[in-house]
Amino acid sequence: MADGNGKTSVKSAAAGLGDHIRNSEVWTSIFRPGSPMRADYSDSPRNRAYVVMNNVLYHLHPVKVKRHGIKLSYTLCLGGLSFFLFILLTVTGIFLMFYYRPTSPQAYFDLQALATDVAFGQLVRNMHRWGAHIMVLTVFLHMTRVFYHGSYKPPREFNWIVGIILLLLTLLLSFTGYLLPWDQLALWAVTVGTNMAAYTPVFGAQVSFALIGGIQITADTLLRWYVLHVLFLPFIITIFMAVHFWRVRKDGGISGPL
Amino acid sequence: MAQLPDHLLKRAAEARAKAEGRPVDEILAEMKGESSPAPATASASGAPAPDAGSNSGSLRDLDAESTQYGIPKELLERAMFARARKDGTPVPAMAGAAAPAASATAAAPAAGPALAAVVSGPPPGVRTQRLLTVVQAGAIQGTTKEPADKVNVWPHLLAIEFVALLAMSAFLFILSAFMDAPLLEFANFNEQPNPSKAPWYFLGLQELLAYFDPQVAGVIIPGFGLAALAFIPYVDRNPSVRPSSRKFAISLFTVFFMGAAVLTIFGSFFRGPGFNFVFPWSDGIFFDDLLAILE
Repeated sequence: MADGNGKTSVKSAAAGLGDHIRNSEVWTSIFRPGSPMRADYSDSPRNRAYVVMNNVLYHLHPVKVKRHGIKLSYTLCLGGLSFFLFILLTVTGIFLMFYYRPTSPQAYFDLQALATDVAFGQLVRNMHRWGAHIMVLTVFLHMTRVFYHGSYKPPREFNWIVGIILLLLTLLLSFTGYLLPWDQLALWAVTVGTNMAAYTPVFGAQVSFALIGGIQITADTLLRWYVLHVLFLPFIITIFMAVHFWRVRKDGGISGPL
Repeated sequence: MAQLPDHLLKRAAEARAKAEGRPVDEILAEMKGESSPAPATASASGAPAPDAGSNSGSLRDLDAESTQYGIPKELLERAMFARARKDGTPVPAMAGAAAPAASATAAAPAAGPALAAVVSGPPPGVRTQRLLTVVQAGAIQGTTKEPADKVNVWPHLLAIEFVALLAMSAFLFILSAFMDAPLLEFANFNEQPNPSKAPWYFLGLQELLAYFDPQVAGVIIPGFGLAALAFIPYVDRNPSVRPSSRKFAISLFTVFFMGAAVLTIFGSFFRGPGFNFVFPWSDGIFFDDLLAILE
């Protein structure tokens, strides 16, 4: 590629290099046929199907959806945003785990150090906390959206129940995370919350004991809730999310139209 | 065949009109004509349908077609007879076969012994299968395919989702850049703050504690509420999803939804020291979750 003056321009050289990379065996082995990342991508119905079928993430979707279902006013993206926030919370949460020890008093000092000693530590912690609040909201609003569209009706009855379980797990995830800063807000909010559980008829004392790992909240509770928060509950909620998404497809895709 | 909705039929007609360069109305009429039982009566009365007529009227040279497309001649013949028998139209005349006028008037099932020898398979009217059982329709999962108006997920849905993700990320990022998550003093078991409040999503329940016995407010009401929520699909037997025909269900849900929202807002902003009633605009807000905004 040469210009009139006989020199190769930077732009044409870059374009040539780009073509060379996108035609290389490594590149074409990563991006399967039909991927828009490939040099030979063209907009055809076949390739539009391949884009969805040949990508592990997009594959959550069917190749085609009902036209009314992609209107923003129908779903308001609430279910998708809940899932996205879960992923965002997982990523920021893993970051925070590098700097946090679930013991007393280190937990509190680790959070203080996060704000002063760790690059972007405070920002990531803020995102984790506000994101968690927003996720509780979006999950709840998603449920109301589904109700108002009557989307729980046959054949989607069971997926509604899975959704209720997911709402409960979201609340539990948020609540277990609430204790971890080990400050006055965390300690007493959790005290109030777990006191309510102790009023369960017949076996209230046992529920309370299992929940906080003792007669009253101690450093042992911190470790217990930490494990629940970072391993146990994410593990359970992931299983239920998989069932939830799978059933959306199996029960006939997006509900409606009204 | 299921009845296609009018708007789908119209879209298909428009696409075909664009491809073939013919007026939309003509194609639409043609498509609607095909789905009605008209062709059967038309061929019975001897007047061939316009589409089939153009085929059967012309003289087909199967030898030439065979060499042109590379398809064996007997396959072309079989396809031609099968088509004629299926549509109930006369068999087109072949070059070097019977006179065109003779075969054009004869309907395929009664095409005569000469044709029956050429067409493979059982003679017309003979059934080669028998009925074993009748399976009732209606499975556990809805598997009936209704003709639906669909769009490709890529690019239509994925583009929307991508923008939604970016918007949410940007919102969260900006929020977090300007608002710090609260971190109060070190946990102190000997000093309970006044008021002590649960996380905001439990404040509706804590508000109920101010009215009822703890066992009622803290366990029985939320327990029954959750159970009722889970059993909605099995209690609501109304099959309609149209809001106008579900007024009772929507009203009931809205009452409970607004009730929960009001209790939560009340517990968050209208409760102060000792969980006593306060006006947030005169007595201050006692809600540590939003400490960063309030300060």
